[in-house]
Amino acid sequence: MWNYSEKVKEHFFDPKNAGAVEDANATGDVGSLSCGDALRLTLKVNPATEVIENAGFQTFGCGSAIASSSALTEIIKGKTIDEALQVSNQDIADYLDGLPPEKMHCSVMGREALQAAVADYRGEEWKDDHEEGALVCKCFAIDEVLVEQTIRENNLRTVEEVTNYTKAGGGCSSCHEGIEGVLTRVLAENGEAFVPAAIGSTTQPLTTLATEVSPTPKAVPEAAQQVAVSNGILKRIRKIEMVLESVRPALQADKGDVELVEVAGNIIYVHLTGACSGCQMAAMTLGGIQQRLIEELGEFVKVLPDTEMPVALGGA
Amino acid sequence: MTQLTENSQDIYMDNNATTMVDPEVVAEMMPFFTEQFGNPSSLHSFGNKVGFAIKKARKQIQRLLGAEFDSEIIFTSCGSESDSTAILSALRAQPERKEIITTVVEHPAVLTLCEFLETEGYTVHKLGVDERGRLDLDEYRRKLSDKVAVVSVMWANNESGTIFPVEQMAEMAHEAGVMFHTDAVQAVGKLPIDLENSKIHMLSLSGHKLHAPKGVGVLYLKRGTRFRPLLRGGHQERGRRAGTENVASIVGLGKAAELAMKHMAYENTEVKAMRDRLQEGILAAVPNAFATGDLDNRLPNTASIAFEFIEGEAILLLMNKAGIAASSGSACTSGSLEPSHVMMAMGIPYTAAHGTVRFSLSRYNNMEEVERVIKEVPPIVAKLRKLSPYWSENGPVENPQESFAPVYA
Repeated sequence: MWNYSEKVKEHFFDPKNAGAVEDANATGDVGSLSCGDALRLTLKVNPATEVIENAGFQTFGCGSAIASSSALTEIIKGKTIDEALQVSNQDIADYLDGLPPEKMHCSVMGREALQAAVADYRGEEWKDDHEEGALVCKCFAIDEVLVEQTIRENNLRTVEEVTNYTKAGGGCSSCHEGIEGVLTRVLAENGEAFVPAAIGSTTQPLTTLATEVSPTPKAVPEAAQQVAVSNGILKRIRKIEMVLESVRPALQADKGDVELVEVAGNIIYVHLTGACSGCQMAAMTLGGIQQRLIEELGEFVKVLPDTEMPVALGGA
Repeated sequence: MTQLTENSQDIYMDNNATTMVDPEVVAEMMPFFTEQFGNPSSLHSFGNKVGFAIKKARKQIQRLLGAEFDSEIIFTSCGSESDSTAILSALRAQPERKEIITTVVEHPAVLTLCEFLETEGYTVHKLGVDERGRLDLDEYRRKLSDKVAVVSVMWANNESGTIFPVEQMAEMAHEAGVMFHTDAVQAVGKLPIDLENSKIHMLSLSGHKLHAPKGVGVLYLKRGTRFRPLLRGGHQERGRRAGTENVASIVGLGKAAELAMKHMAYENTEVKAMRDRLQEGILAAVPNAFATGDLDNRLPNTASIAFEFIEGEAILLLMNKAGIAASSGSACTSGSLEPSHVMMAMGIPYTAAHGTVRFSLSRYNNMEEVERVIKEVPPIVAKLRKLSPYWSENGPVENPQESFAPVYA
């Protein structure tokens, strides 16, 4: 069974604003092929103030689709249309204390229903501009369509390149076989063959771009490191820094960056900057970093943005 | 039978996924964790007794399968290993044959392997099914040729319970000179099997589907069938499957096989009666619902019910809250893109395929539980339909697919 948050369960078992709004003047009907889910959002908008006075949903879908719909209606009620349009799918996921990576598209569906309803209110025609595919990389929630498009647009040839451009494969690496499959298929379209990197080649996922973007410090051999750092805490922080260092090139490729702010027990606070902060993928990025850290440190840690840091630790 | 699950309030109707280990099986296994810890390959008395225990288990499995010789039983780690071993063995033993025949509704243990083999240059013929999940034997006959290395067809489908005529299909393969394998993971223990008098060359079974523990399976290999092991390296299982035996689980599987023989009649009368009552009770109370699969020819314990206009995962979550465990063919429970390939293959419409729930019973269920499920399910369905855009007050909206036609991403 999915690892749903208490908040998701709450909104699924006892959804808010279920049903169609009686005197609605805006309707948005959208569906997500990934799950066969579909959602109808009805709004009652005050024509003078453009405030959403009432919102209701009808959903054909799984637990998280219903919870996302319920959360969406709660978030947008009382907002003006323009304010509501600022709501991202990440906001919906955050409102629910997060969604499993496979279920993020449920929150995307919520956002799209909102856009469709607003378009309907304004007498515009809403067209969906993105396509979803099967999930390839679970660490960073990257789907097949995105991987395929990125390979085509940038003439990518290796798994490492795919990781650098999309982050897919940069976590636990168990999806590399799948990425090779997509590469083989796309390259074959132009009569090319996929050639895997030689075993022992120096190229590592997520670090190839380093030479172009910023020089990566030479990794200290683990044995030497242990001699240099005898203190356990220092060693742990050193390891954390090394993981952050290894994901940095991929983030910089997306015009963003990450830095370590504080380590409080098993919670690691980081600061996301540039395009990464507020980026819809921020939570995914953190999830991916967390996965790497768990593997590297051999313990469970939680990675949170510094905005969630308690005041006592120097947070806002 | 008595209710033995952890919480006596909870009702377990997901036995096609896995079963409770029978307490008698557990009792039989216990000594092999403690005093009987020897390696059956060892010469000393520690090992010797363990060797006898495995021999006994092999006999018990032989009887359940109606196999001619006990040496036809090869212990493996699971049903999936048995499937992979069988198919890959057939290909390696007959390198000149590059085709495989299977069906569109196989378990992923077979389908995913076949799809992988396609990328390696093999041709895979997947037989289609009709709206009741039945195969077309004429289509099958046309595909059989001396290019085919192996036919792999499941004995009974895990989702709909539909039974395939594998004995007849094995005869047809035999006439065409083609090797025949069946994934009988769902059938063993529920249906009588007589391999000695069949033309089935290989059969896979899994312990945890018949009240034995997880992590043990069997590959039946008819004497004289050309074979190439998957795991080489040891003399265990007569050199056909290397690796020190999972003794306790093998002993458990032997006992489970013996118990399955004993309960076979009960399974096909009492369990079947509970299944029938469950299906009839739910369908009588819930509109716009129907049973899927070949209703007159399916496993006695399985009922697959499609609830239109709602989604399976949501149903399961609410059922779980009510203390009822079942499973669904919806995409959402597996994280895959499409709803169940079995439901899609039967041409069940999208809005119903997503809402299929599989109830699979066992000898540990009772009629009281069945009545409770019949009572609990209708309000759950009603609650979710109230949320569904395809549903109005008391029934589906008119022309559901037209009045609600969302823009799909």
